[in-house]
Amino acid sequence: MEKSNNTQSRRSFLKVSSITGGGMMIGFSWLANLIPNEAIAATTATKDWIELTGFIKIFPDNRIVILSPNPEFGQNVMTSLPMMIAEELEVDWTKVIVEQGDYDTPRFKRQFTGGSQAMRMAWKPLRTAGATARLMLLQAAANEWNLPVAELTASNGFVNHKATNKTASYGALATAASKLTAPEKINLKKNGEFSLIGTPQKNVEGSKVVTGKPLFTMDYKQEGMLIAMAIHPTAFGMKLKSFDATEALKMPGIKDVFEIQVYKNGYVKAGFDTRTFNNLVVVVGNTTWEVMNARKKVNIQWEAFQPYKEFAGAGNNKREDTIPAGLESSDQHLKQMYEKQKVQGKILRKDGEPEAAFAKAKKIIEKTYSAPFLAHNTMEPISCFAHITDEKALFVAPIQIPDMMKQSITANLGITADKIDMKLARMGGGFGRRAYGHYIVEAGLISQKMKAPIKLIYTREDDMTNGVYRPSYMVTYKAALDEKNNVTAIHIKGGGIPENAIHENRFPAGAFENYLAEGWDIPSNITIGAFRAPRSNFIASAEQSFLDELAEAIGKDPIDYRIELLKKAKANPVGKNNEYDADRYIGVLELVKEKSNWGNPKNKNTKRGVAAYFCHNSYAAHVLELSMKDGQPVVGNIVSALDCGVVVNPEGAKNMIEGAIVDGIGNVLYGGLRFEKGVPMQKNFNQYRMIRMKEAPKKIDIHFVQNNIDPTGLGEPPFPPIFAAFANALYKATGKRHYHQPFINDLNKG
Amino acid sequence: MIQLNINDKVYEVDASADMPLLWAIRDLVGLTGTKFGCGMAQCGACTVHVNGTPVRSCSFPVAAAAGKKITTIEGMNEKIGEAVKKAWIELQVPQCGYCQSGQIMSATALLKSKPHPTDADIDAAMQGNLCRCGTYQRIRSAIHRAAEMI
Repeated sequence: MEKSNNTQSRRSFLKVSSITGGGMMIGFSWLANLIPNEAIAATTATKDWIELTGFIKIFPDNRIVILSPNPEFGQNVMTSLPMMIAEELEVDWTKVIVEQGDYDTPRFKRQFTGGSQAMRMAWKPLRTAGATARLMLLQAAANEWNLPVAELTASNGFVNHKATNKTASYGALATAASKLTAPEKINLKKNGEFSLIGTPQKNVEGSKVVTGKPLFTMDYKQEGMLIAMAIHPTAFGMKLKSFDATEALKMPGIKDVFEIQVYKNGYVKAGFDTRTFNNLVVVVGNTTWEVMNARKKVNIQWEAFQPYKEFAGAGNNKREDTIPAGLESSDQHLKQMYEKQKVQGKILRKDGEPEAAFAKAKKIIEKTYSAPFLAHNTMEPISCFAHITDEKALFVAPIQIPDMMKQSITANLGITADKIDMKLARMGGGFGRRAYGHYIVEAGLISQKMKAPIKLIYTREDDMTNGVYRPSYMVTYKAALDEKNNVTAIHIKGGGIPENAIHENRFPAGAFENYLAEGWDIPSNITIGAFRAPRSNFIASAEQSFLDELAEAIGKDPIDYRIELLKKAKANPVGKNNEYDADRYIGVLELVKEKSNWGNPKNKNTKRGVAAYFCHNSYAAHVLELSMKDGQPVVGNIVSALDCGVVVNPEGAKNMIEGAIVDGIGNVLYGGLRFEKGVPMQKNFNQYRMIRMKEAPKKIDIHFVQNNIDPTGLGEPPFPPIFAAFANALYKATGKRHYHQPFINDLNKG
Repeated sequence: MIQLNINDKVYEVDASADMPLLWAIRDLVGLTGTKFGCGMAQCGACTVHVNGTPVRSCSFPVAAAAGKKITTIEGMNEKIGEAVKKAWIELQVPQCGYCQSGQIMSATALLKSKPHPTDADIDAAMQGNLCRCGTYQRIRSAIHRAAEMI
């Protein structure tokens, strides 16, 4: 048994209460859809469940509801997180009903979708919650039967005493259990002892998805609700000058046209506030189509802004940022980045004497890689429902980290935090975009002005041209070779707009005696944000392509060469702070080598590329098979190896890895948002090319390294290395290396 | 007023003739299974059947649908549609799920015209439906699985 101390605040985390209220869950037809079937809806209406630990509701008829704390955006946490609770609670998973928890971070402690951390961070707390409830139910039975608790067992939602054949359902014990004090010491099952964790389980919302149930913010509606759209400047570097709404106001169904200022003057921004387009023209009407038509009739003047300052951060980290003026273009960005590559950057890490090694080199291999801005393009465009009254601020919001929006909502809407009542809708994709909840503030401001419930809807164009992009990057990798073709030094130099992507302490740092990493950045008024595996998604593509080229130059197999370097880094690590675990890294490379029959490919008509990467605490390696048809790459089979520790739900995990692979192939080949004079050149899917069915891999074969390491995360790690696996396979198939994403540009030039 | 026959039920909607069918279905009739993705027939999230043919309802004027038989995801209950939904669950296709109504409507239309589609048939029929989460292989497998069930 694994020991777990119940150190969380007993008052909040282990809230043990007998709830007879719960009325806030009732009354919205939309929310009724969060309740799985009519039977349970009827039971819920009686409001006679007992709540244990804040995560579990037990009904007298022994129905068990588990609340899923984290927002769901397709990563399947609504299944895998409750599985952790159910494992220790000892209930029949097939009978468990899962509900999405509302925004209530004091109760759930952590409601955070991002950084591949859900499994990792919930691993002990959620299992502890399940185990706590189980122990209380056992104790309740022991008290009732006047038997020692040690003689009782719990399974499938019942407490049993074998010797006397006594049995009682959790439902029958819940009231008594809820009056007990939560135990201080909890024993959790050891990794490897699980019965539910590690088994493939179906998505708990699958049947609602395939029948078109209203699960998303876009689907939410309420009596008297108005539709709002917000018009932002046509270009980065511009702001609102003036507008005339005379004609728009004459359009049918239109209620009002007005300006909102999202963030108040002097507001100090937090980490997930954006600085995009602070003054918007809002059109409000009865229906979406009426608002879409009326917004075209608003006559708006935009003007270029002057550099301005704003505050960000908190406490000692409070800082003043200057937002540069100017209408930026992608061609100019590229020139700026090449200029930066010519001058000294900021030294990020230096081991040994790299300059001397390069001066002595017999041969230098130097390659420069670049990538454009990317838009997240979630399938559900940005949307948010708000109804702000004196009593409360009701939101239905697609938001990855709701608590991070608290400051923004309270400060900019002028309300207190206790008024916030936020339902966490299933998100139609996130990928980082929905960490930035400016739209919650926007919706709140619009509701305040209209004194009505409103739903803010972004069109696809609004969404794609609104910023919060993956930055544009450039990096140069350089290797010094001696006369025997030994690599004597590595130099990495690069940056981006507006930040660089270099992780100076990641592999291959630690494997080379002489190593130098330097970086720079170029300020910009184009706004950026987290995009699935931030920075890693670019730097892995460059690093793993370069290692492939380097291995070829020195006549080594690309997998063997990586393993050789990792073994060297393990046996004799150079420098300090190397971030990776060489053994786990080697583990995925060896597994992918074996499973792909690397040395002896089955399909001789296709070419293959390999890449591996470590980020967000987990390890991934892919072998991608590719052939060329009519000048275009056709991806065949992919073999992947992952080490993310214990896999909680292999079914959901595999789906997410497949998604990361498709996402990466799409972005390396097609993805890109260009700018001309501040204007995004891609505004909808006719201009922004996304990967489609025909371009998707034929088959993806996924293998997990079997171990008993606590879960280390999975949403992001498989994403960065697929870019380079594709690039390396493309080289094998065409004989030409590609350095500048998206590759389709060069491929189409021939 | 425009009369719409949606899922075998008649609705009277007060819509301008040029309102896209999508918004009549979502805002006026109140069925939200049909999704808004792009507004220009580029993503397929809004796919419905009009007289059995898949159309992108975001770019199909409501007036053109009057008097025709419209089927949305909520009414996709005949044999092929049920098989598709069942295969979608069996093979655990959805991630975020937002595009899946449209995927299912396109897949059902494909299986109606081609009960045993090849991979190439699927690629062609499903090319207009974007899935940002990347569930394409599962969609392909689920269409084959549904074909087996029918």
